[in-house]
Amino acid sequence: MDTSGDSVKVGFLNSLSGTMAISESTVFDSLSLAAEEINAGGGVLGKQLEVISEDGASEPTKFAERAGKLIQQDCTAAVFGGWTSSSRKAMLPVFEANNSLLFYPVQYEGLESSENIFYTGATTNQQIIPALDYLAEQGTKSIFLVGSDYVFPRTANKIINAYAEAHGMEIVGEEYTPLGSTEFSTIVNKVRDSGADAVFNTLNGDSNVAFFRQYKSVGLTADAMPVVSVSIAEEEVPGIGVENIEGQLTAWDYYQTLDTPANTAFVTAFKDKYGADRVTSDPMEAAYTSLYLWKAMVEKAGSFEVDKVQDAADGVSFEAPEGTVTVNGENNHITKTPRIGRITPDGLIETVWEAPEAVEPDPYLETYDWAAGLS
Amino acid sequence: MLLVAAPALLPVFSLTLLGKFICFAIVAVGIGLAWGRGGMLTLGQGVFFGLGAYIMAMHMKLADAALFGGSGVPDFMLLYGSGTVPGWWEPFRSPVVTVLAVVLVPGLVALVLGLAIFKRRVKGAYFAILSQALAAAFAVLLIGQQATTGGSNGLSGFRSFFGLDLADPANKRMLYLAAAVLLLAVVAASRQLVHSRFGELLVAVRDQEERVRFLGYDPATVKTAVYVLAAVMAGMAGALFVPLVGIISPADVGVTPSIAFLIGVAIGGRATILGPVLGALGVAIAQTSLASTFPSFWVYFQGLLFVLVIGFLPGGLASLPAVLGKLRRRRRSAGSGTASGPAGTPAASGSIPKEIPL
Repeated sequence: MDTSGDSVKVGFLNSLSGTMAISESTVFDSLSLAAEEINAGGGVLGKQLEVISEDGASEPTKFAERAGKLIQQDCTAAVFGGWTSSSRKAMLPVFEANNSLLFYPVQYEGLESSENIFYTGATTNQQIIPALDYLAEQGTKSIFLVGSDYVFPRTANKIINAYAEAHGMEIVGEEYTPLGSTEFSTIVNKVRDSGADAVFNTLNGDSNVAFFRQYKSVGLTADAMPVVSVSIAEEEVPGIGVENIEGQLTAWDYYQTLDTPANTAFVTAFKDKYGADRVTSDPMEAAYTSLYLWKAMVEKAGSFEVDKVQDAADGVSFEAPEGTVTVNGENNHITKTPRIGRITPDGLIETVWEAPEAVEPDPYLETYDWAAGLS
Repeated sequence: MLLVAAPALLPVFSLTLLGKFICFAIVAVGIGLAWGRGGMLTLGQGVFFGLGAYIMAMHMKLADAALFGGSGVPDFMLLYGSGTVPGWWEPFRSPVVTVLAVVLVPGLVALVLGLAIFKRRVKGAYFAILSQALAAAFAVLLIGQQATTGGSNGLSGFRSFFGLDLADPANKRMLYLAAAVLLLAVVAASRQLVHSRFGELLVAVRDQEERVRFLGYDPATVKTAVYVLAAVMAGMAGALFVPLVGIISPADVGVTPSIAFLIGVAIGGRATILGPVLGALGVAIAQTSLASTFPSFWVYFQGLLFVLVIGFLPGGLASLPAVLGKLRRRRRSAGSGTASGPAGTPAASGSIPKEIPL
C-alpha cells in the first residue's frame, strides 16, 4: 500500500452491474457516505481517504480479479465489499495471498474466519439462532423450510434441523428452488398442506416477490402461518409489495426504525445525500460501520500496516447505528444485537423482539452443544 | 510475438489477467471452427470449459489437501460435506490422470453428444437451443452438489499447481506462457485444419449439407469431429483458467459465459482463423477497461456492438476491409458508368453465405 502522500487509498468492491447490483449498489452508497463523513472529519491518521471503486459484476471470478487489481495495482490500504458467499469465497484466497484486508458487510452462513477478512454482518448465532429462539418462545412446534439453492440456505437449514431436533421442534418440509426461480405454486401448496406453525424463508432476490405473492394468493396469512425471512430488508419490501408481506417477520440486527442517536444521525445523513425516499437496511448499516471500524483499528494501531491493524483489532468498538459493536480479535467478527422485526404497513420494519445484550460472534457454533456435529 | 514478450513488460497482475483472456481466446478458436467453418452455433461451450476446469480444480484441491491439510480432504468438504472424499474424485489425485482427463473427458462427452445430435440430423436453431440447455443443466447440477462440487461457491483457494507455489510471481509468469503457447498451438492446428481437404469438406457441410451427403460423405461424422475438437480446446482452456484465476464456479460455465464466449468470435469474424482470437481478446480487454469506469454502460455497448456486427457485418470485423473494398469498387464503377463488377465471383472458402446459418 501507498501511504506516502496526503491521502490513502481504500477500495470499494461491489456489484454495480448484474443481478446483485440492486442490492450491492445500496452498500456502495452507504460506504460512500461513511467515506465522505470521515474525510469531512479530518480523515484517518490525518490522511484523506481516496476511494477506488470497482465493479464485481455479480460474478465471483470478477470479484477475485478486481480484488487483485485493488491490492496490487492500486495499492489500497483496505477493501470494503462483497455480498454473496461465492464472491467472498472467491476473494478470500486473494486477500490471504497478498496479506491485505477485506471488510465484508453481509450476514452469512458462518463456518469461516480468516485473519484477512473482518465480518461486520451477522454470523448464524446472531441471526438464525435468535430467530429460532424467538419462534420457540412463541410456542412454534413445526417449521417448514423454504430456500434458494446455494450455500447460505443449505447451511442455515442444516443448523435449523439440528436446533429443531434438540428443542423438540418438527421440520415438516424442506424445499429449495434455483436462484431467480419464480414458480412457487407447488411449494406454496405443500406449505399450506403441511400445517406448519411457521415458515423459515432463506430465499434470495426476485424469488421472494413470487413466493410472497403466491403465498398470499392461496390464503395464507401472517397471523395463521408467519414467515420469518433472513434476506428481506427495508430495501426489498417495495419490490415484493407491502400488501403481500405486511405483518411477516424478519431477522436482522438493524432496522431503519431503531431509536438510537447514532441511527438518527445515520438515517438523516443518508436521506440528505441520496433522497428522502431512500431507506437504510442491515447490510448498508454493517458496511457503514465497517469503514468506521477500520478507521478505529488504524488509529489504535497508529499505522495503516496490515499486521499492525490486525494486532490492534481485538476489542476495538464503535457506536454504530445498531448499538455498540466490538471486534472479536479471535474470529474477526463483531458483537451484534439480534432483533426480530415485523413489516409495517408503511414498508418499514418495527422491532418486536430484541436480545437483552449484544451477542458474541460464534461462527463455528462452538458454544452450542446441539451444534457439535455441524462443523 | 507480442504475447510472448508480454511477461517482460507487464506487472504480474496484468499478466494474469491477460492469461485469463488468452484462455477465452482458446475457447474462441474452437468456436470459430465449429460455428464459423462448420455452421454449428454452439451456445454451450461452457460445459466443456467447465469440465476441463473442474477436473483441474479437483486435482489441485486434492493436491493442496495432501500437502497442507493433513487429513487429505479438501477444506470445503469438511465444512459442507461428509468429511470424506467421494469415490469419483479419487482418480484425480494423480496428475497424469488429470492431464489426460482434461483432454479426454470433454472430448468423449462431445463425441457422445455429437453422434447423438448430428446422426439424427439435428441442426440449425435446434442444435443451438440444445447446446444452451446443456450449459444451463450443467450449472444447475454443479450448484446442487454443495458437498462434492462446492455448489455455487465453486472451487477456489488453491495454493499449488503440480507442486509449484501459486503465490510466486515467477510461476504465474510460467502459467501465462503456458497459456500463450497453447493459444499459438491451437491457432496453428486450426490453420492446418482449415487449409486441409477436411477443412474444405467442413465448409461444404456448412453450406450444402445435403449435397455433401449425396457425394458419399457422412456430414454427421465431419461435424462431430470438429465439435469434439472445439470441446477439447475449451477443456484445455478451462484447465489453464483455474490456476491462473484461482477459482472456478458455476457462474463461469453456465448460459451467460457460454454466450459471452461467442460474442468475441462473432465480432472478430467467425470464419477466419485470427478473427475469433483477436475478437475474444479485444472484447475481454475492452470489458475490463470500460466496465470499471462505466459498469452498467458496458452491457449495452456490448449488446449494441453484437447487434451491429450480426446485422451489418456478418463476417465480423475481419471482413471489414473486404466489405469496404467492395463498397469502394461499387462506387467507383457506378461513377465511371461501366458495367458492375464481375458477377457470380466464386465464394472464397472462408467467406460467409448471406443467410446466417443459425
